[in-house]
Amino acid sequence: MTDNGRPRTLFEKVWNAHTVREQSDDSPAVLYIDLHLVHEVTSPQAFSMLRERGLMVRRPEQTIGTMDHSTPTTPRNELGIIPIADAMAAKQLDTFSRNCSDFGIPMYALGDEHQGIVHVIGPEKGLTQPGMTIVCGDSHTSTHGAFGALAFGIGTSEVGHVLATQTLLQNKPRTMAVNVEGRLGEGVTAKDIILAIIARIGIGGGTGQVFEYRGEAIRSLGMEGRMTVCNMSIEGGARAGMVAPDDTTFEYMVGRQHAPSGADWDAAMAYWRTLPTDDGAAFDQQITLSADELIPMITYGTNPGMGMPIDGAVPAPADEPDFNKKTALDKALAYMDLSPGQRLLGKAIDVVFIGSCTNSRITDLRQAASFIEGRKVADSVRMMVVPGSQQVKKQAESEGLDDIFRAAGAEWREAGCSMCIAMNGDQLQPGQYAVSTSNRNFEGRQGKGGRTFLASPLTAAASAVSGVVADPRVLLAD
Amino acid sequence: MEKIRHISGSIIGLPANDIDTDQIIPARFLKVTDKAGLGKAAFCDWRYLEDGETPNPAFILNQPAYAGASVLVAGNNFGCGSSREHAPWALLGAGFNAVISTDFADIFRNNALKNGLLPIVVDRDTQQQLFSLADEDPGTTVSVDVEAQELTLPDGRRVNFPLDGFSKYCLLHGVDQLGYLLALEDDVLAYEAGNPQRVTTTD
Ligand code: SF4
Repeated sequence: MTDNGRPRTLFEKVWNAHTVREQSDDSPAVLYIDLHLVHEVTSPQAFSMLRERGLMVRRPEQTIGTMDHSTPTTPRNELGIIPIADAMAAKQLDTFSRNCSDFGIPMYALGDEHQGIVHVIGPEKGLTQPGMTIVCGDSHTSTHGAFGALAFGIGTSEVGHVLATQTLLQNKPRTMAVNVEGRLGEGVTAKDIILAIIARIGIGGGTGQVFEYRGEAIRSLGMEGRMTVCNMSIEGGARAGMVAPDDTTFEYMVGRQHAPSGADWDAAMAYWRTLPTDDGAAFDQQITLSADELIPMITYGTNPGMGMPIDGAVPAPADEPDFNKKTALDKALAYMDLSPGQRLLGKAIDVVFIGSCTNSRITDLRQAASFIEGRKVADSVRMMVVPGSQQVKKQAESEGLDDIFRAAGAEWREAGCSMCIAMNGDQLQPGQYAVSTSNRNFEGRQGKGGRTFLASPLTAAASAVSGVVADPRVLLAD
Repeated sequence: MEKIRHISGSIIGLPANDIDTDQIIPARFLKVTDKAGLGKAAFCDWRYLEDGETPNPAFILNQPAYAGASVLVAGNNFGCGSSREHAPWALLGAGFNAVISTDFADIFRNNALKNGLLPIVVDRDTQQQLFSLADEDPGTTVSVDVEAQELTLPDGRRVNFPLDGFSKYCLLHGVDQLGYLLALEDDVLAYEAGNPQRVTTTD
């Protein structure tokens, strides 16, 4: 589809290639969906709707299921089974199994060697590919944009729409170019980039927009780093974030189970190569950050926009001119039990969580392990390491990372969302502080009354061994 | 879906900015397999004391003066965070049929409209005026005319709010969006005929 030679963005190209019906004054566009990911929490009511109306899943072969949110991550029993203690979770998982099997959707059940967090397994299995449209009843579907796919979260009614029709009604979003120039320093990671972006634009800053991450620092990231960045687009309010596919992307794709091969690979590459934004294409908005100036980031408040460089001081509500923002900051500091001007470096913590669809892939675990190796988790800290998928777990174990974590005193668990969302019993106790590699620090997100500092796997590991919030650069220099 | 032309009801204010879906309904209530009964869980961690059952008398939703409020006035950027449609289900279950804010997170807004919960965007001044009214005079009512896209305040002032044509049509006529998409089967077949299937999950 050419457009009279007008330069176009990556987003526009993917959008145009999937338009079944153009948007008009009276109706949103109708978009075709290439890949639909489903999980146990946001799908049951959608399947019920299909049943009520006597509908089939239109394209089970473009749909995939996995169990992740409410699954336990406790070690397997002597039969190799992961026991489910929570009756409601058991029922939900059961319902999900039945739905997938009744409607012919392939699904990775708890304990399956390919089970894992939905946004970890899609890329891992080569299902996520450049130039696709991908949806899931989960806001962190933005993760898959790292491949140059247009990927976004939808609600349960929309899950039903896609199951039944493989299409979705969508108003065309605006675009923002997020340029990250320069190079990251030692101890600074993809997570710090995205936390810095969100701290800058605020959690509503990207509402109604799709981000395209560009610039040298993004190009230098591997696929897993790009996934970390795109994952948290939603935390800046954007439903989707994208990175143009390049050789890093193609190398990652080669040989994966569902990636095209042979002649199909060549045909796919011909399409993928057309995707990057044309020179001179216009974005509705632009922002630029310098990676050279970035240092590790950490959040202090109760939304991901309340972040700062790790050596910073907690801001004072009194300095906030906007009344609503001041109120929000007051409330956040009260919940976190922090005072204005306080520094987080050196603040005692209770738990370190390494996991979630943001930072539970093999490179994340390698980073954390390289740091932990030969050190001990502080006695006062509970450190949990939860791989994003069974495949990540297997890979990590083959590299001996599990031994490193265990030897240091950390817990090595089964794959799943775990303490990112605290639905499965993995949770903070009221009042506890955690350094977490997940994506949300909302009140109660990691357990009622729990207090979350979001940070990178390196910062989390440094804090685990120090027993307090710690700057990984200091320990790296040791 | 039911047709929605007018609503009116008394207001209640939650002036916090960025009320996320984890506050609207915490994740531990998402282990359900249907939509019913989520009203009790709305704002659960603010609404009940430590035991999770005893109403917290300090929380505004529990104050008798606001019993029966059906229009929630909230701080900026309401509904950010997760895509859970349980958020509008819980608000509807708790008796709300409209939320007024200066802006809404995209996914929440979509989810709300699909369930007949009206997300009404107003300017800062109107939002602040509503907070004051709710505060000073519990029981203050507002009314909403969907067709005219107008919110009428107690002093008679009318404020327009944005609503895309399609959502408005669906609300006014009780149109079910799935029915609309199912009717486009021929267009979808034509699209599929002209484009490659990009991935197969079953092989
Ligand atoms: S890891 Fe956390 S953010 Fe990611 S899908 Fe699971 S619950 Fe959602």
